[in-house]
Amino acid sequence: MYHRFDAVIVGAGGAGLMAAAQLAGKCSVAVISKLYPVRSHTGAAQGGIAAALGNVEEDHWIWHMFDTVKGGDYLVDQDAAEVLAREAIDAIIELEHWGFPFNRLPDGRLDQRRFGGHTRNFGEGPVRRACYAADRTGHMILQTLYQQSIKNQVIFFDEFMVLDLLLTEDGVCTGVVALDIATGELHVFHAKAVLLATGGYGRVFKVTSNALSLTGDGVAIVFRRGLPLEDMEFYQFHPTGIYKMGILLSEACRGEGGILRNGLGERFMERYAPTLLDLAPRDVVSRSIYLEIREGRGVEGKDYVYLDLTHLPREVIETKLADNTDFVRTYLGLDPVTDPIPIQPTAHYAMGGIPTDVDGRVTIDAQNTPVPGLYAAGECACVSVHGANRLGTNSLVDLVVFGRRAGRHILQFVQENELHPLPKEPEYHARAEIEWLLESDGEEKVATIRAELQEAMMADAGVFRTGDGLRRAREKLGELRNRYTRIGIDDRGRTFNTDLVEAIELGYLLDCAEAIVACALAREESRGAHYREDFPQRDDVNWLKHTLVTRTSGGLELSYKPVVITRFQPKERTY
Amino acid sequence: MQVTLRIQRFNPDTDTKPYYREYTVEVEPTDRVLDALNLVKWYQDGSLTYRRSCAHGICGSDAMRINGRNRLACKVLIKDLGSRITIEPLLGFRVIKDLVVDLEPFFAQYRTVMPYLINDEPPPIRERLQTPEERELIEDTSKCILCACCTAACPIFWTTEWLGPAAIVNGHRFLFDSRDRATEERLAVLNQRFGVWRCRTIFNCTEACPRGIQVTRAIEQVKRRILFEQS
Repeated sequence: MYHRFDAVIVGAGGAGLMAAAQLAGKCSVAVISKLYPVRSHTGAAQGGIAAALGNVEEDHWIWHMFDTVKGGDYLVDQDAAEVLAREAIDAIIELEHWGFPFNRLPDGRLDQRRFGGHTRNFGEGPVRRACYAADRTGHMILQTLYQQSIKNQVIFFDEFMVLDLLLTEDGVCTGVVALDIATGELHVFHAKAVLLATGGYGRVFKVTSNALSLTGDGVAIVFRRGLPLEDMEFYQFHPTGIYKMGILLSEACRGEGGILRNGLGERFMERYAPTLLDLAPRDVVSRSIYLEIREGRGVEGKDYVYLDLTHLPREVIETKLADNTDFVRTYLGLDPVTDPIPIQPTAHYAMGGIPTDVDGRVTIDAQNTPVPGLYAAGECACVSVHGANRLGTNSLVDLVVFGRRAGRHILQFVQENELHPLPKEPEYHARAEIEWLLESDGEEKVATIRAELQEAMMADAGVFRTGDGLRRAREKLGELRNRYTRIGIDDRGRTFNTDLVEAIELGYLLDCAEAIVACALAREESRGAHYREDFPQRDDVNWLKHTLVTRTSGGLELSYKPVVITRFQPKERTY
Repeated sequence: MQVTLRIQRFNPDTDTKPYYREYTVEVEPTDRVLDALNLVKWYQDGSLTYRRSCAHGICGSDAMRINGRNRLACKVLIKDLGSRITIEPLLGFRVIKDLVVDLEPFFAQYRTVMPYLINDEPPPIRERLQTPEERELIEDTSKCILCACCTAACPIFWTTEWLGPAAIVNGHRFLFDSRDRATEERLAVLNQRFGVWRCRTIFNCTEACPRGIQVTRAIEQVKRRILFEQS
């Protein structure tokens, strides 16, 4: 089936819906989403969304910008960080005007809470910068933006999975191909502009806070078309995942006063971040937890530590951390009011992704040459505002600020440009992939390959990395790639074939994992979330640069592009 | 431990009517029902079809009937159910395949309550003010994740055309928002023939809600608001 729109948005999380809000009623726009929009993983974000409103104590956007740059271990593009910190303020006010039910101060203004790595006066101490709605801030963002979409009568294609990106021979984007999951039919979406807002790919790791559907779909289809990905080696592990399950417990737990304790009951963050303690950035805290565990100070010598809230008032735990309390009671059978909570770091957020400029335009090289008509925003994109490590709450800031900017730029673009013709047989590649999978009857199972991939990535491309480990992972991925060609799926039908969907997703995960490992192996330094035990120091002389990875017929090729530095020269990063 | 899942299956391409099939899997007592379903799908029968995404009770994808009650499969643990578990699709919706139902009518009802803030007054430069007490009025109903557990648990919904609990919860969320200015239009929608008055206060919705929303109370608050505004 064929559709024509001015703009097509792929993904109905925060970034996609924020962009849709800019376009609805002003041009023809459709949103394609693998899930019902309200199922998107933006809804799982918990603790807050930062903006230097200064409602509770003095704050300035430039402090937020500085924290973002330092938090990202100076790999952040500072022009983008400035946009993020400045426009966060206005974007949050806009959300409020749309009905977002923020928590309030007694005088009726928005309340703000502490969060990791957010400081006053360039690192002096924690600052209250995160606006929030209990511990379900992401849920409220997703609901508010979906509500606006209903109000604006946005056209949705729910439960459509993107399979391919359409480019002309001159490299102009002309649309996407998607699978209608309910019917198995292929749909070609012909458009002047495409925004990819497909989220992350945390499912490359075994223990993750990410939804089962977060398989890097948008990232992979761009990569398969020979376009580069940026900074794929930088993947954030959130310090506080529920032990073994990976379910996220918000940084707001520590923002409200929670403390991490090792098996001896020590507040071990005193050793690693004497100023910010438990509210140091996530890369620092996750590494500290693993170091404690390695040195035998995990709880009962095992591979976890405690998140301790027991000293907090019951009222705070039950109301400001209500969902977290519910998770702990449901999944662990413990009560955070009286019991310390077993946690371990959990794969959480991709700093890297599809390279874009500050208007969401996808770029292809060190000169930031844009692909006409192609945009990306949210976790799948790399602006880069997160650099080597994202600060807590900045993912939500990113998607509202850059989703909005991408939407606005798309509106201008579709008003000024004509529709380009589609390439011949636009659905050819997508159809070939679907037919191959539906007829596949090999002996290899999708679930087995996926589990081995997740184990390998967790072991050798997680919080601690070495050259040997990454080479081992690369070899393993090669083996899995080979076995993937011999898979067999059980369901050969067209109707709601989730067996097929999972097989396609595994292909995407393989692409993402290969890119992560190639970039991580090349970067012989430690910076932010990328920690090489064989190169434990940051090396600004050789590595203060972004990685670009491109798939060619000869394999993966790496190149680099400079970091934009405007206000803050790189300094040693201590907390 | 071993559990036997008795799952209602239906593939419209090959089956004329639904049937049950049993699967036995090895799980931990602390595993979620979703984990057990995944074990079946991944290692025994890839054709088993259900929706799932976040796996921790936030996205609302995996609402289904588990031992006769509407639950999210990711929010109920095996140890609370025992070794024999019956899993069926939500009632009151057309089954697309196995445990996947057509939720379009559900979202259509949701859209009729105008689920968005209506306030045409020019907004201030900064945030609109709302006291913590005003905010508290929508604390409960703003938690809704639109999973459909409540609506599909309502006996009135099974037999009669009406808005259903979830749509009313979302109507409540804006009706009681101090920033909203469309009270009259909202009450008109909720007061219509298919509106709140079809509720017989059965409480199935409240019992079913995986977010712990006091759904029946919200419906009652809407009824009182209608009576109060009319008197």
